[in-house]
Amino acid sequence: MKKLAIGILAALAPLGAETFVIQNATVMTEGSKGIFKGSVVVKDGKIADIGEKVMVPAGATIIEAGGLYLIPGIIDCHSHIAGSGGINEGSVSVSSMVNIKDIINPDDIAIYRALAGGVTTANILHGSANSIGGQTLPLKMRWGKSAEEMIFAGATPGIKFALGENPKRSGNPQGGRGAIGAIQIQARYPATRMGVEDVIREAFNQAKAYKAEWDAYDAAVAKGEHPIRPRTDLKLQALKEVLENKRYVHVHCYRADEILMMIRAADDNGFKVRTFQHVLEGYKVAKEIKEHGAGASTFSDWWAYKIEAIDAIPFNAALMAKKGIVVSLNSDDAELMRHLNTEAGKAMKYGGMNETEALAMVTINPAIQLGIDKTVGSIEVGKDADLVLYDGYPMSDFAKVTKVWIDGTQYFDRDKEVAAQAAKDAEKQQLLEKERSAQRPPSNRRPNQ
Amino acid sequence: MKILGLLMATALAAFAAGETVLIQNADIYPVTGAPLKGGSLLIQDGKIAEIGARIPVPKGATVLEGKGLRVYPGWIDSGTQLGLEEIESIRETNDTGELGDFMPQLKALSAVNPDSEHFGVVRVNGITTAIALPGGGGRGGGGGQIIAGQAALLHTDGWTWEEMEINRSAAMVLNFPSAAGRGGRGGMPAELQDMFPNAANNGMDARRAVLDQIAKLNAFFDDARAYKKAKEANQPDFQKDLKLEAMLPVIEGKMPLAVNASRAAAIHDAIAWSEKQNVKIVIMQPREVAKAGPELKAKNIPVVLGRVLALPENEDSEYDEGYTQPLEAYKAGVKFALGTFTNEFVRDLPYQAATAVAYGLPHDEALKALTINPAQIWGAGSLIGSIEKGKLADLMVVDGDPMDVRTQIRHIFIKGKEITLSNKQIRLYERYMSRQ
Repeated sequence: MKKLAIGILAALAPLGAETFVIQNATVMTEGSKGIFKGSVVVKDGKIADIGEKVMVPAGATIIEAGGLYLIPGIIDCHSHIAGSGGINEGSVSVSSMVNIKDIINPDDIAIYRALAGGVTTANILHGSANSIGGQTLPLKMRWGKSAEEMIFAGATPGIKFALGENPKRSGNPQGGRGAIGAIQIQARYPATRMGVEDVIREAFNQAKAYKAEWDAYDAAVAKGEHPIRPRTDLKLQALKEVLENKRYVHVHCYRADEILMMIRAADDNGFKVRTFQHVLEGYKVAKEIKEHGAGASTFSDWWAYKIEAIDAIPFNAALMAKKGIVVSLNSDDAELMRHLNTEAGKAMKYGGMNETEALAMVTINPAIQLGIDKTVGSIEVGKDADLVLYDGYPMSDFAKVTKVWIDGTQYFDRDKEVAAQAAKDAEKQQLLEKERSAQRPPSNRRPNQ
Repeated sequence: MKILGLLMATALAAFAAGETVLIQNADIYPVTGAPLKGGSLLIQDGKIAEIGARIPVPKGATVLEGKGLRVYPGWIDSGTQLGLEEIESIRETNDTGELGDFMPQLKALSAVNPDSEHFGVVRVNGITTAIALPGGGGRGGGGGQIIAGQAALLHTDGWTWEEMEINRSAAMVLNFPSAAGRGGRGGMPAELQDMFPNAANNGMDARRAVLDQIAKLNAFFDDARAYKKAKEANQPDFQKDLKLEAMLPVIEGKMPLAVNASRAAAIHDAIAWSEKQNVKIVIMQPREVAKAGPELKAKNIPVVLGRVLALPENEDSEYDEGYTQPLEAYKAGVKFALGTFTNEFVRDLPYQAATAVAYGLPHDEALKALTINPAQIWGAGSLIGSIEKGKLADLMVVDGDPMDVRTQIRHIFIKGKEITLSNKQIRLYERYMSRQ
């Protein structure tokens, strides 16, 4: 898969990517070079060189960035944009057979808006209506490309689990924030946190039996025997992949008790939770999360919107980071997604992260959590040229995104965007006028005839 | 209104703690005037007693060394449910939306829970004053009101709601009937409505319903005027009516109506209606500010802008639509304040303003939108909203630009009383940091 991925990227990159040098920028690399003032050279969609002084390749375009800040493309570890027709298969308690990959809508305007907010990669998750939800994957925000072309090639796929209020109240048509989309179904097991645990343990009970059946079959085949092939179960197949560490588990959770429950259920069944998502009370069980080896992806300061968010604290991210957990800040929301840079800034205010630690929470840390840190998440030679240019200090609200590149191709340019607005408005008016005149009855005909 | 303000100031001062604090060597940003670098500010009897380059230390005063620090007036959030709503999704904790179409007698203030955790949370981020709004959506029950009740202007600190009060009748909340839903949010954009005359939300039924609601609204105002007349005539059979009694300050032009109207058409309708009724209005959460700007300016009507960090209204709206609303209001010459309209976002108020600065709003105008503008809009311009001698000592002492997320707040004063920079969240943080 990895080799294939590199092949695909290499084939894609030269199409739109040019060779260019961003110079005189303050570069916040989130890599070994820290923060420096200088240049970044981009070639064939990759970062070819960085430094205070670089060799400018022949024919390279120069982008003067004096006074501007360059950061790695922002990575949102938890998003629900670009899903068409709903992202919550809430009719069953275990929906591991469904896949977000099948419903990506590349025309969702939220993709462009996220891009304009500096997001270059987003983990698109299934909803949280089920204890075990659907399969997930990261996308690159390659606006204008097809759904397939947006898929982050080579990334380990994931699966969404959910604990607490959402899976237990899915039968309640009231929904509410967190229960994304209109959920109007019959009451459904589970209705308590106890039931959520049972559903997860039972699913892995079955998955382990399923895996044993397949392991026996594979072993027999390897020995040259001709056993009967077991039936493929799409629901258990995804969980078998979890047990084989081929699929990451991203767990929606809020309260400390349910986080601890999940850790123990995973320990008992021999798999790892890759990330705890939202994890608003993660600060209470940071020790256990750290020991398990999971990452934590949280909100900066959301709280009080529901009862399980009542003990949320804006220090959560910093506290968990201080206790040794890889922490990211996510959006879960098409609006918040547009300013994750300032969410990172709040980690400095609340809990005193330094600027590198804070920015890591929306760049290299989510990359680590998604297992894509070898190619994205920092500005280092050889990595994808996913870059964001700001006109001021990038974690302050006083700054705005001016340019965004993915794989060395420019996907957003504020100047062009602003310049095009008048033409877009005119086009809209023209289309409206056209539609109006088409609807207007011919003047020689009486409307009632 | 000014006189009322002064009277209130006198009344409030009596409650305030008699602590005397001298802030020295700080950069003082009054908002209404030029900054005073390395100056002093004296807090006495809950008020700003003096501002100057050097003030001798009064006997018994606490001295606060302000070298390298800045002093600003506290922030004012012009749209919240503070004290009225604890947890958004839990009906039992929510007292915003009452039943009934015409409910002017309802007062947000007396339903404010002074022990709400939200006050502690927003205080430490510099929000010293807020408008608490009755009505609106959420899960408070009704939410379908036309007149929702009286918005309170309150301090974010106090033992009781009485102590928190600045003005329990700061404004009467009106959800102006509109074809795009009450207040004109959502629905079909105006430029499309003529093309889809039969669309469910914009059909004749909806229009008729709007006209019907406006007729009811007018009838209610007629009733209020008739009531006033009857009351003044002092007839023996006159009976007090709590609803109509509550309307008197509105029809007398003493209390503004806070009118929810989003789209330009709804704003225009609301303005035309207010002129006919001869009442003062403030437009709440307008979204088509550029379009409505000239009329708002011409009629001298202030607005309270909603969250700057908000998604564009339509799929084809400019991506920065929300970010540029304050700039549009400023360019049109309209007086504006900011509101966050959701309790969990109140503490982000200064960052919302900073975003507007990133997208072109002058820095000073952003400061005004969080301080003196709302103070004036809500009739408390002589009391709060700037650092001036005689005003209440609602202050924050900070180590940088107060709208920058990197800035830390060092001291908060509300009515001259220093606020402990702690809250439930800070206590939880400290407690769990110590877990081994």
